[in-house]
Amino acid sequence: MNPRIGPDQPAVPTGSAKPAPALPFPAAARRELANPQLRANLRKATSTIQAKRALRQAETPDWQELRSAAAAIKDRTLRHLDHYLLQAEAALIEAGAQVHWAATADEANAIVTTLVKRTGADEVVKVKSMATQEIDLNEALAKAGIAAWETDLAELIVQLGHDTPSHILVPAIHRNRAEVREIFLAEMRLNGAPAPPDLTNDPQELAAAARVHLREKFLRAKVGISGGNFLVAETGTLVIVESEGNGRMCLTLPQTLISVVGIEKLVPTFQDLEVFMRLLPRSSTGERMNPYTSMWTGVTPGDGPQEVHVVLIDAGRGKALAEPTARPMLRCIRCSACMNACPVYQKVGGHAYGSVYPGPIGIVLTPQLRGFGAAQTRSLPFACTLCAACADVCPVKIPLPDLIVHQRNKAARHKQREPRPHLETLAIAGAGWAFRRGWHLGLVGRLTSLAGRLAGSRTAIGPLPWPASAWTRARDLPVPARRTFRQWWKKQQS
Amino acid sequence: MVEEATVMSPDQPTGQADAASRQRVLATITGALSDVSPGPEPERTETTAEKISRPAGPAASGDVIGLFAERCADYGATVVRLSSGRATAEAARMLVDRGVRRIALPAGLLAEAGPALTNSGIEIVKDDPPLASAELDQLDGVVTACRVAIAETGTLVLDHSVNQGRRALTLVPDLHLCLVRGNQVVPDVPQAISRLYPSILAGLPLTWVSGPSATVDIELTRVEGVHGPRTLLVVIAE
Repeated sequence: MNPRIGPDQPAVPTGSAKPAPALPFPAAARRELANPQLRANLRKATSTIQAKRALRQAETPDWQELRSAAAAIKDRTLRHLDHYLLQAEAALIEAGAQVHWAATADEANAIVTTLVKRTGADEVVKVKSMATQEIDLNEALAKAGIAAWETDLAELIVQLGHDTPSHILVPAIHRNRAEVREIFLAEMRLNGAPAPPDLTNDPQELAAAARVHLREKFLRAKVGISGGNFLVAETGTLVIVESEGNGRMCLTLPQTLISVVGIEKLVPTFQDLEVFMRLLPRSSTGERMNPYTSMWTGVTPGDGPQEVHVVLIDAGRGKALAEPTARPMLRCIRCSACMNACPVYQKVGGHAYGSVYPGPIGIVLTPQLRGFGAAQTRSLPFACTLCAACADVCPVKIPLPDLIVHQRNKAARHKQREPRPHLETLAIAGAGWAFRRGWHLGLVGRLTSLAGRLAGSRTAIGPLPWPASAWTRARDLPVPARRTFRQWWKKQQS
Repeated sequence: MVEEATVMSPDQPTGQADAASRQRVLATITGALSDVSPGPEPERTETTAEKISRPAGPAASGDVIGLFAERCADYGATVVRLSSGRATAEAARMLVDRGVRRIALPAGLLAEAGPALTNSGIEIVKDDPPLASAELDQLDGVVTACRVAIAETGTLVLDHSVNQGRRALTLVPDLHLCLVRGNQVVPDVPQAISRLYPSILAGLPLTWVSGPSATVDIELTRVEGVHGPRTLLVVIAE
């Protein structure tokens, strides 16, 4: 019945993703742009969701007030985060939950692994959760011989396809129905209930296959793992917003529930949810309300899990809090409206970002959480045209363009401090020299006007050899003027 | 005071390491917030929920129940409005029409809905002692009440008190029929939140249901019915 578990077989899903080392954004973007199927899927998906979102915004007359209120509530929470965390902890304990704290991703993974092992279970069912993806919980559990089954349909497609998510809301957006059918036919039988052999491309049938495949896992699961959309400090109530009912299954049927929650997920009072429950579904899927929302407060005797754990994770959030300029990024409620609106994301898709958080919020958040040490994270804040479409749609009014510029500044400073000189640093130093004295600029002007005269009738210079290729491989270089401003001025005066 | 209540006892599952992490996380946050003026209670001076203009749009005036019925049906639910005397009989008829023979009925709904259902030949299964998940999976459906219904969004909210049953009851069976009383329908989300507050303070879990289970995960094509009940029937009694 369950071909997966054998005495000497590790109980891990065959589909657990093994992400390749991430390339810097420009190289990864080039790779992704070569896939026409991906571009077509992205175009359809982002335009459809954007149109629905705009419709819901239009029918909500107090939309702008709601956004301001949400930003204010989140700011106040962040400014007094220590207070609200202690309040939430006390309320959770009072309600029968056990609260754990993790300063780093590794600590969080160790806590969850220990808790699962203590139940004796060798598998868990999971609700789609950005926090657990961020800390690579599935990989950590697999190392301990614990199978983590993703139960969101898109996450299942990603997991069975040995793949990584490409969008935070619809993670399998890069796959079309034919690909999903192939994955289900090949992989479901290796991981539990097989797909029916006559499965077609019809999304209805594909979803039905997922229902059958996962139902046996839900019914036998001893441990459920979730994230949390909101944690109410006042009462200790956790909120999960979802569509399919897989979340309800994981939150209700197992005996033990472990929720991994970022410390920025707090809201002060239950009343505050009136703002977020109106903003999140409309911003996220463009619905007036998502099909299912679960709210629970610790243990409810006789209903649902009787052992409830909440793991509060910092994992870099505290550092973001310490920079008042960067602080607003912690308002994010993970709705994904910014990526749908982003002209860069619309073309390259989520994989180009090499991070669980793609798009505008991703290029701000990822370097913040991972640091600017690697060329990959440093490249992210530059994956942006500063068009500000994201700032217009953000339901919690995160000033994304400002934050992106702030992160670019940090990336540049990081480069300056490195012992190995970067081309960009040298180029900027050269520009600094040129503008320092009048005669410096005059000298440069004479050289460029010479270059302009040599260019003949051309108006732009094409690809140049290294080091100029760093600039010219993605841009045309205009031919310099044949006469500098100084030369022109001199002539006017004479 | 809060501090004292939350000190980890030695028998906490992950023990000492946990307590050390807790101190580190809190110290990081407190250090990070050095620009914020300290005080015993957070200030509440900015625009907050209470300041938001209340009922707006179609919910502000007119037929709130009608709006709820329309928006709930928008999600693919079947919604009927009846006078209260006819509600349970109509519910039974809707179930029989769909071939439903065995349903779960919460204890708090036995007196109100039990006779009409039994008279229609529907077998009622009590959740006492609690049915195993596999047994719930064998049922044709479940009939429950709700706590609040929201017109603005077409949402039903269950607080799983005695006439709604525990959460698994409305999750595992493939059909859910919900009986709504007219006075349970509120215009918008803020008013629903106010009405639900006592349930939260009582420690009850809430389930917000807006139509049948659905997904758009494959090429953004909406598919109704993934894991939750694939059929949602709503009978509004006025």
